[in-house]
Order: sequence, then C-alpha cells, then structure tokens
Amino acid sequence: MTAQSIQRNAERSALGTIRHGLSLTPEFRKGLAGTLILAVVATIGKIIVPIAVQQTIDTGLKTGRPDLEYITTAVLICAAAVVVTALAGYLMNVRLYKATESSLATLRVRGFRHVHDLSVLTQNSERRGALVSRVTNDIDQISTFMQWGGLMIIVSLGQLFVATVLMFVYSWQLTLLVWACFIPLMIALPRFQRLLSRAYTLVRERTGDMLAAVSESVVGAAVIRAYASERRTGERIDTSVNANRSAQIRAQTIVGFVFPLTEIVAALAIAGIVLLGVRLGLSGDISQGQLVAFLFLVTLFVSPLQTATEVLNEAQNAVAGWRRILGVLDTPPDVADPGERGVELPRGPISVAFEDVHFAYPGGEPVLREITLEIPPRTRVAVVGETGSGKTTFAKLLTRLMDPVGGRVTVDGHDLREVRFSCLRERIVMVPQDGFLFDGTLADNIRYGKPSATDAEIELAMTELGLADWVEGLPAGLDTAVGQRGESLSAGERQLVALARAYLADPDLLLLDEATSAVDPATEVRLARALEGVTRGRTAVSIAHRLSTAEKADEVLVFDAGRLVQRGAHADLVKEPGVYADLHSSWVSAAHS
Amino acid sequence: MATKVTSAVMRQGLRVLGVAIRTEKAVFTLAVLSSAVYGGMTVASAWALGWATQNVVLPSFAEDRVADGALWTGTLLIIGTALLKAIGVAGRRILAGLLQYRMQARSRRDVTKQYLRLPLSWHHRHPTGQLLSNASADAEAAWAPLAPLPMAVGVIVMLITAAVAMILTDTVLAVVGFLIFPAIAVLNLVYQRKLSPLATRAQQLRAEVSEIAHESFDGALVVKTLGREDLETQRFLRRAHELRDANIAVGRVRGLFDPMLEALPTLGVLAVLAVGALRLSTSSIDAGDLVQVAYLFTLLSFPIRALGWVLAELPRSVVGWQRVQAVLDATGSMEYGSQDLASPTPAALEVRGVSYAYGQAEVLHDVTFDVPAGRTVALVGPTGSGKSTLVQLLVRLVDPTSGQVLLDGLDLREVAYGGIAESVALVPQQTFLFDDTVRGNVTLGGDVPDEDVWAALRLAQADGFVGRLPAGLDTRVGERGASLSGGQRQRVALARAVVRRPRLLILDDATSSVDPQVEAKILYGLRDAAEASTVVVVAYRMATIALADEVVYLDHGRVVDRGRHEELVTRCTGYRNLVTAYEREEAERAAIEAEPVTGPARLEDEEDQEEVSA
Repeated sequence: MTAQSIQRNAERSALGTIRHGLSLTPEFRKGLAGTLILAVVATIGKIIVPIAVQQTIDTGLKTGRPDLEYITTAVLICAAAVVVTALAGYLMNVRLYKATESSLATLRVRGFRHVHDLSVLTQNSERRGALVSRVTNDIDQISTFMQWGGLMIIVSLGQLFVATVLMFVYSWQLTLLVWACFIPLMIALPRFQRLLSRAYTLVRERTGDMLAAVSESVVGAAVIRAYASERRTGERIDTSVNANRSAQIRAQTIVGFVFPLTEIVAALAIAGIVLLGVRLGLSGDISQGQLVAFLFLVTLFVSPLQTATEVLNEAQNAVAGWRRILGVLDTPPDVADPGERGVELPRGPISVAFEDVHFAYPGGEPVLREITLEIPPRTRVAVVGETGSGKTTFAKLLTRLMDPVGGRVTVDGHDLREVRFSCLRERIVMVPQDGFLFDGTLADNIRYGKPSATDAEIELAMTELGLADWVEGLPAGLDTAVGQRGESLSAGERQLVALARAYLADPDLLLLDEATSAVDPATEVRLARALEGVTRGRTAVSIAHRLSTAEKADEVLVFDAGRLVQRGAHADLVKEPGVYADLHSSWVSAAHS
Repeated sequence: MATKVTSAVMRQGLRVLGVAIRTEKAVFTLAVLSSAVYGGMTVASAWALGWATQNVVLPSFAEDRVADGALWTGTLLIIGTALLKAIGVAGRRILAGLLQYRMQARSRRDVTKQYLRLPLSWHHRHPTGQLLSNASADAEAAWAPLAPLPMAVGVIVMLITAAVAMILTDTVLAVVGFLIFPAIAVLNLVYQRKLSPLATRAQQLRAEVSEIAHESFDGALVVKTLGREDLETQRFLRRAHELRDANIAVGRVRGLFDPMLEALPTLGVLAVLAVGALRLSTSSIDAGDLVQVAYLFTLLSFPIRALGWVLAELPRSVVGWQRVQAVLDATGSMEYGSQDLASPTPAALEVRGVSYAYGQAEVLHDVTFDVPAGRTVALVGPTGSGKSTLVQLLVRLVDPTSGQVLLDGLDLREVAYGGIAESVALVPQQTFLFDDTVRGNVTLGGDVPDEDVWAALRLAQADGFVGRLPAGLDTRVGERGASLSGGQRQRVALARAVVRRPRLLILDDATSSVDPQVEAKILYGLRDAAEASTVVVVAYRMATIALADEVVYLDHGRVVDRGRHEELVTRCTGYRNLVTAYEREEAERAAIEAEPVTGPARLEDEEDQEEVSA
C-alpha cells in the first residue's frame, strides 16, 4: 500500500519539515536576512517608552525641578526613534507578505500539478476533499503562520530579549525576580497548548459531523419527505449542531481561563518589583526612574505570553500543513512521463500488444494474469466478462493509467512506458463510464477534448455522432450550462457529452469503458451506429455491457477471473461452450424475458 | 457589494446585534458586566500603579525609608485590581463565546428546520451549494461580531472611566488623551474600511481557488485521459496568482496601519511626558500622576482597537444574516389533510388530468391513467419524458399544478401527515443514504425486528454483502453511503422501501447500478413478494417491463398510449422504437450478415481507400 499512497512524512521532525519546506520555496529565503533585520529594528520600538520614562524621572526630575530642556530633547529623540521603528515595521510587513505569498503560491501550484501527475491509484488512495485541502487549507495555514504566528515568535522573542537586556542594565536582582515570576507560566504553556489543541481538534471533528448532518436535510430532501422522516432527521441535525456548539464553547472556556493568567502573573511581578525595589533603592542599587521603568517593562512580557498558546497552536498546524503538502510533493508519480527521452509515435492507426501482462493492486491478489494478445491496427475489439473479471484493469493498462506489475504493453512496438505522455494522451483516449463534466456550457465541455476547436467543428462533431437533434432539444443548445459536475444533465446525457469530447480529440485509438451504459436504448443504438462510422480507420476497444457491441466487433476478448479465456469473432465464440456462451445466454434471456 | 461600512450597513448591523441581545439577554448582560469590570479594572490598575509610585516608590527614595503601611496597601491594590481584571477577562471571553455559539447553533437549527419543513418545490428552486452555505458559513458570519461585542462595550466603559480619571488627575494631560485616543479610534476605523473590501476579495478568491482544485481533482480521470494537466495547471495558476496578489494587497494595508497603531500610543506617552514635565514644573501634578497617565496610555492602546473589530465584522454579518433570514422567511408549506390511508390491502392509484410545471416550463400535460389494486404498471419513456417528475407527484413530494392524484379514491392532499409514507414507498433514481448504520438506513428509526430487516435485504439481494460487512447491520455506511458501491447503495435503498411492506411500491429506475444478473433476481423476488403491493416501475429495460401487467408510455410529458406490452409494440411507434431498439439492431445485423458481399467486405474496401488517400 505504501508504494502507492501519499507519503505521510511523520518521521521527519518539525524543524526538519520546515527546513525542507523552505528549501522548496527559494522566493521566501531570498531577502529573509533583510526582513529579519527590519524586524529587530521594529522590536526595539517597544522599549522606547520605558527608557523615556526612566530618563525623565532620573535625569529630568533629578533636581526636584523638571529639566525641561533635557526632557524635550529626550522626548524628541524618542519620537524620532518611534517613527523609524514604525517605518521598519511597515517595510518588514510588506517584504514578509510579498515573500510568503509568492513562495506559497509557487508551492500551491506545484502541489496542484503534482496531484495531477500522480497515478490514478495514488489519487484514489485519498478522499478528493483531502487532496484539495493539501493545496488550499494547508497552504493557508502555513501562510497564516508565516505572517502572524511566525512573526509573533520573532517579535515576542525579540521583545523578551530587549526587555531583559534593558532590565539587566537597570537591576539584575529585579530581572531575576521578574523571570522567576514568569518561568512557571512558560513551563505550563505547552501543556495549555496541548489542551487547547485537543479542544480545537474536537471542534473540527464536530463541525465536520454537523456539516454532514446539515447536508442531509438538503441532499436527501426527497427521500426524507417520501419516508416522512423529517422529525428523525431534524433530531439528528439538532444533536450534531448542539454537539458542535458544546465543543466550541469548551474550547472558548479553556482560552477564557488561560488568557488572563498572564495578567495575574504580571501583577504579581509588579507587586514584587515594588516590594523588592524600594528596599534595593534604600541600598542605592537602583534609581527611582529605573524602578518605574521596570513597571513598564513588565508589560512587555504580557502580550508574548498571552498569545503564546495561540502561536504554538498555529505553529503546530503549520508544521502539519507543511507535512501534508510536502507529502504530496515527496510522493513520486509511479506512472511517470518519460518526457523528452520518450518516444513520439507517428499519427495513424495504432496496434497494441500485451506481452505476458500481470497486474495486482498493492498488497492485493492478482487481478490480471498472463495476458498475451495483440490488437492489429483498425480492428474493433469488444471486451466482455463479468464484474470483477479484469476488464476495467485491462483498459487502465492499455491507456497507461497504471503500469503492469509484470510483462509489458506495447503500442506500435514501443513499450507504453517509453511513450511521451503528450503523444500518448493524444493518440489513445478513453471514455470512462462516469461522464464527468466541468461547470460550464456544453460547448466548453466538448471543447475540452480539443481546446482549439471552433463552434463549427463542435457542431459538426455532434452531427457526425448523430447527437445534433439532442443538442437542439436543449434549452440553450450548445450554450446550455451543465452545472457543477454536469449535474444539470442526466447521467445518460453526461455520457453523451463525454463521448463527444473524446471524439473531438480525434484519437487513433478510442477506448470506451461502458461509455453509454446510462443512455436510453433508442439513443444508444443510434450512437452505436454513428460510432461505427466514425471509428472507421481507427482502432477501437469497447468494454461491452450488452450483446450487440460484442456482435458487431471484429474480435471479442473474453475475460474471466483475471485471465483472457477466449478470443475470436462472436459467431465462432457463441458456438463453443464456455464463458462467452454463458454470458451470451444470460444477456439474451435478460433482453427477451 | 456590502463590504464598506456605510451608514446603512451600520444600521442593519446594529439591528442584527439587537436581535442577538434580545434573544440572549442574560448571557449578554453578564458578558457586558464582566467586560465592564475588565474595563474599569484596567483603568484602576493604572491608578494603583500611579498611587504606588507616588506613595511608596518616590517617598522611599526621597526619605530613604520604607513606609510599611503604604507598601502593603500598594501591593494589595496592584494584585487586587489585577485579579478582578482577570476575572472580568475570563468572564467576558467565556460569555462572549457562549453568546456567539448559541446564536450560531440557533440559526443552524432554525434554518435546517425550514429545510425540512419547506416543500420540495422550494428545494428545486434553490441550488444545493447555496442552501448548505446558508446553514454553515452564513450562520457563522451573521453572528461573528458577537465575539468582540462585549469587549467593545467594555472598552467604552474603559474609555469613559479613563476620561474621568484623567480629568480628575489633570485637565491639561487629559487633553492629550482626548487628542490621542480619538485619533487611534479614527485611524482604526480607516484601517478597517480599507482592509475590509480587500479581505473580502481575498476570501472570495480563496473559495474560488478551492473550487477549481475540487473540480479539477474530481475530474482527474478526464484530465489524465485527455492529457490536459497543463491546461488545468494554467487555470489553477491564474487564480492562485490572483489570490497571491490579493493577499499582498491585504499585507500592504496591514503593514501600513499596524505599525501606525502601535506608534500612536507610544507618541502619546511621549507627549504625556513632555506636557507632564511642564505641569510638574508648575506643580500642578505630581510624579505619580504622570506615571499613572503614561501607564494608562500603555494599557489602553490595544483594547481600543476592539471597536474596529466589531465594525469590521458588520458588513459580513449583515450579508450572512440576510441570507439566513431569507430562508427563515420563506413561506409555503405542504398542507396536510386529516384522512387515514391505512388498510391491509394493496392500494389503487388514479392519476386524473395531472399537469406540472417547474416555474414556467410545464413538463407534464394532462396525464391520466390508473393502476388497479395489486397490479404492476411500467412507466416507459425516453430520457426527459417526465417520468421522474410524475413519480414525485405519486408520493406527493410535489403537488400537481392542476389535476389530482388519488389513492383508493382519496386525493393525496386530504391525507394526514405521514399517511402517504405509511402506505407508499418510493425508491428514487438518485439513491440517498443517511450517515447511519445499515439498520438505521433500512428502518429509518422505526421499530423493526432484525428478521424483517434481513428479509428485506434478502429481497433486495443485499443480504450477502451486508453479512460480510465488519459489523453487519450495525456497520456505518459513511456520509451518503460513501463506503458502499453504487449498486450496494441502491440495494439498501430498495430494502428500505420493501421493509415497510408498502401498499404501493414505486421504483424509479431503482436498479440501474446493479449487475443485470443480480437485477433479474431482484425483480423476480419482487414479483413473488409483491402480491400485497401495487407496483409502479419506471423502466426501459425489457427485463423490467416484462414484470408489468401493463405499460404506460410517456413522451414529452404526455401519456401517448397504454396497454399490454405486446399491444403497444404493435400499435405505438415511439414505444416500439424505444424498447425494441436492441432487437431491431440485431435483426438488421443478421440481415446484413446474410448478404456478406454488400456487408463488411465493402467497408474494408473503403478503409483501404482511406489509407491510400491519407
């Protein structure tokens, strides 16, 4: 399983994660030194007030009569310093935002691209929402941390540092006293943070439950009414809404208790300063201005400690976010594009060969064994078999959505693994059963097969597929909006669009994976006839869900329990006893019973 | 867009806050009282410090002697005010949370109650995404200003106390304060006004980036099979860069105003020192007063911003509240009658001149047919012929625009609430499972013995896989049944219908995701078990139609013909074309194969020619 799923990265330490993360975002490191210097300058602004107070009291008021000239000079110098530090703060902020946003945008886009480069198996190892999270919320979390939490760490540490240095200059005894008051709190903080982090985790889980329950009242509106279960659903929703509320209030209560602790500790420190300070003053160890300045300096301890739990929480989230985005980037695409080194196939009908191909999902039983076959150019092949016989796996190997575990798949004599993706995806196109559409118009979706296609080309394609009537019957024709994931269309209509999209891409090998299973019979027959015309001159492989596809094919491949058990023309196969004859009779009875 | 703090938005915003205050009077009052304690004690703590400076610190330096009484009084004042302030802060924060989250939960409950109450036709008119965000993001936004609200009220208390304290201390110093604090408040207001639209835009872009990622990853298979990774990356990159630029714009405003808001109170303290020195020289104040005012400035500079936070949240709040209110104000509900439908025998269904329109577009026109008790009728018609709409009318999910649906001769509108669900079971085309156990999904909370649940599952051919689930009937199926396959979900939904032994069973293409072989077993089982039911089945597969006693053929919202399958095939062209499409195709093929010369051989010739010309 590990080979295919996205890397966990749990073994990497927090610092290691951050270092690795930063190494991927050179934009951030560039000019970081300058930003840090500006941050230090901005921090110095914090100790201007205590110094000004101390100078005013000790020098300006020394004689009992205020020395106005000295005080004015001191105040002006301090004011100039305030302006300079504010300016430094501005520049630092702008640089920080630019650097972090640029680097994170790069990381975001790289992550997005990498998700698409991962193999289908890896993509499916995780819920879509979780993948999306890795390039959205996780990055946002890092961004918040860098612009607020990370900055707070630097500013807070700087603030504590300059305050302590100045305190030490005034009085080492009082400095020790202040630190003695705050150290127990600092030791307790990580504990509070863990408490809080657990509380927030619970809030997130409860919010998820609540959203899921709420969505039932909307998505399940019809079923709820049909079964008159409004009351039961309402109760379930209320329960989850209330559980979410309780979790939120609990987290808020923890914050409410932890936050003012710092104020109490600061008051204890201030009281201590007064008690000890006046005695130190008696022995001449400290001046009165310095003592008063201490009262102001203590306030510099308050905000770093008040925000510390939140900063630690942010830091934890950011590291987790980094782990998740790096987890994506560190997962190698196991079905990789050979790129420049790859082979470019010339256009024209394609031949395919499977040479002793084996496939098993990671850690699972083999699902395809010893498949050896060739499909000559321009043949129409139908693949049949019961659910779980390996048909879809065969299709995924043929389109290189997965690589075989053993043996090889070749097109025109080249191993698929050596063919450039740009060429492969152009030449071989699969239409999956689930016709996924993008939010946009019908034309937008069809054009996805060939971005350069004109409206006339799209119309022509629809006509060739015999779908022009259907398009005309839609409210706005080709400009009809299909809705999110194509939900405004029926499942059958989505399949029609998906088919048109693939047809417009004009591949040399078209692979249909039960691509018209949800279309009504009359349309399906019409479509099948049209496809017969348009696939002429191409190689076509259809995974069949009904008889007539197999009957029309040049050759039928019969899969059973992961093996190719029969192959040949329908007319021959139906005569010999075996899997195909059984399938055939069950189809016939289903159609005529 | 209401991103600016206009006076209209202000008024509406205050009205929203008023709603919360009225609803949670006690909590709000306590929160404000706590916050007032906090505000008052903040000023008091500065005063305590000034008192200690004047009466303890300065005398001890001047007289080289510590006055013990004053020393302990000062200590007690400092610690006492801090303790009270801490209690105020804790109370304010906890109660503000209570206020905010209670209102939020209340809105969510009310909104979802409406969702459950309003008729399905209302749901049809509102996109799913919008309704979900009404209950989550909008309910959140509506009450977001409640978090800083008590703080803001406390700050006002704080400012008034501070103003009084300063005037009592020295009027000249007070003037400095009266200049600085309004300046901070105004600067903050400007800050929020500049920031708010930028922050909204960044938020909007964040949602768009997320939407693109969602859609793109959902369609990963299409992207991969068509090799459109570059195109998708470009699409994502454009929006990601817009988001980057929007965030940097936010950063510029923050970067400018944050340091200014820090610098302004510092400059205030410096002004206090300069002016205070002047006042000292004329002996108008003492040094303790100077320290007190300077300290006050230090303490007040941060909380004063809370006023801006409330204002910043108001525009978003107003929009959120209006959206929530729109749902709560939505009218229309299904009126129920008082009649009882219960009976042990199969129900007789009659559809009499029924029309139905979505908005202006009528999709069913004067549909009339009946299903005698105990009979099975297949509704057949091409995609978009109105079958699923008709089915919704049969269980009264919606009422017809005109005409009547009658069950045992009783108009569905006269039946009491719950009465229809008791007698009629619908298995819709789109399977919906609750995030509950298999049992919960089958019984829907009803008191059903396990044997009956298993029997229903057996009939739906679901007993096999349910038996293999880790916890059997008690296995949770996940959100919308995510842990089951499409076919498995359909079979559980089918069991849900048959377990209630309905008098009328309606299957709307309910086995489309099930293997044909399994489907056949289900259908035979139903036919044998359905003796106690009348059955309406939407289908176009022959195997399903074969079960029906009669067929109603629907096209373009009208009943084109009805009768036995054999009759319709011979006399109704549309029906024949639809249901015999496969057979006719086979027949044509057989005919072509009988004349090999004009068949495939000619095709091969054409291909060869194509190759030559290409």
